[in-house]
Amino acid sequence: MKASTFTVAVITALASQSLSAAELDLKLTNLTQGLHFTPILITAHASDDTLFEVAMPATTALQTMAEGGNLAPLIDQANAAGSDVIANPAEGLLAPSTSTMTTLTTAEANEYLSITAMLLPTNDGFVGLNSWKIPKEAGTYSVYLNAYDAGTEGNNELVVEGSGAPGTPGIPAAPGGNAGSGGTGLSSSDSNTMIHIHPGNLGDDDLAAGSSDLSNTVHRWLNPVAKLTVTVK
Amino acid sequence: MLAFNRPLMIIALAGALAACSDSNDNDDDVTPTPEPVSYSFTLQVSNLTAGQPFSPIAVIAHTEGTLWKVGDPATTALERMAEGGDNSVLLQFGSAIANVSSEAPVAPGAETTLTITTDSIEELKLSLSTMMVNTNDGFTGLNAMDVSSLAVDQTLTHFTFAYDAGTESNSEASGTIPGPADSGEGFNEIRDDVNVIAMHPGVVGQQDGLTSSVLSSEHKFDNPLAKVVITRTQ
Repeated sequence: MKASTFTVAVITALASQSLSAAELDLKLTNLTQGLHFTPILITAHASDDTLFEVAMPATTALQTMAEGGNLAPLIDQANAAGSDVIANPAEGLLAPSTSTMTTLTTAEANEYLSITAMLLPTNDGFVGLNSWKIPKEAGTYSVYLNAYDAGTEGNNELVVEGSGAPGTPGIPAAPGGNAGSGGTGLSSSDSNTMIHIHPGNLGDDDLAAGSSDLSNTVHRWLNPVAKLTVTVK
Repeated sequence: MLAFNRPLMIIALAGALAACSDSNDNDDDVTPTPEPVSYSFTLQVSNLTAGQPFSPIAVIAHTEGTLWKVGDPATTALERMAEGGDNSVLLQFGSAIANVSSEAPVAPGAETTLTITTDSIEELKLSLSTMMVNTNDGFTGLNAMDVSSLAVDQTLTHFTFAYDAGTESNSEASGTIPGPADSGEGFNEIRDDVNVIAMHPGVVGQQDGLTSSVLSSEHKFDNPLAKVVITRTQ
């Protein structure tokens, strides 16, 4: 009788442990001076269910996010994989040097954290975090995020309304309102078709003409472009 | 600590067995061959740049020293690699106990895996170096990463930064860059730059106002340059 009570207690303890979830407070800061983040996607997932991998081709879902900021296909993919999903915590664009905060409760199997959001104004640039292992120990952790190029669209640096659909060249919007028009366009093809570190915007000093619609004093950046602060409770 | 003692123990044990068989004339006794102890590591290197091929990647196993140090002048061996992608002298690094080079350059977006094997893991460091070939003297790599406590199947992931060897001015001029953007000169022993190693300031390119540059916007880069996953396999 004693032994079986003990066994039940142990089993209960193990079961509750395996179901125990991580509770995270998340704060994401846009560290750039002149770039907006489109709606942000945060997922906690199993090791195989990544949103992107460097030096690999972008999935169509990632391309859709990176070229136009549309998260729907990535959200579907993450939900299908059983990931814990937070979509659009900033409820729209995250402006330069501003932060957004959210909380995430993760299932036991979802040990990794990933983040994506498109960078505006770029052709197919995105801020990304790939598979950061969520610490088991309570505490506050900081992670710095880099800017990636999806490798799916040439960086012509031309602002073209309606160009957010995959395969339509151009930058869909420059939310800062400080881009130009009438550029002739930079390199029309992206020779590296794998996901890579973004080489940066070039821009030029003529907003009404020149090769780029972007400004070479406003729209550049250096890594890192975002800071994530994670508090594990 | 356990890892340190294991090879010694095996050597000691092999010695004891060998001594044992020596003292015994029985022909049925087979003199045991000491089990060779070796440690293998793979390094999966991904080129994360938009348009900078990497020269053949040098990996060196050693116990002391570094291939370069920010603030110090480059060795001639490093200069030869950073200006022309020729790692043959760098591979002979003073305290090297093993080395390996990838057979070919690694294109932007491509990956390659190198394997290096040593017979000791005590104080073992791995260093890696490669040139961004569409630069004058830019390179990236890892300096003396300690792997002495890495267990079999354990991995270490590193992201590398861009350095400037400081041995050739960043003129980006025609005839000075060995990569496909120019097919110009590689190593030249003349040092016409600051002569200390620093983080790389990046390339400028013609579209950005350096009118004499042979480089364009696709050759620009930002940190990190490469992803390196080190796995101990044996």
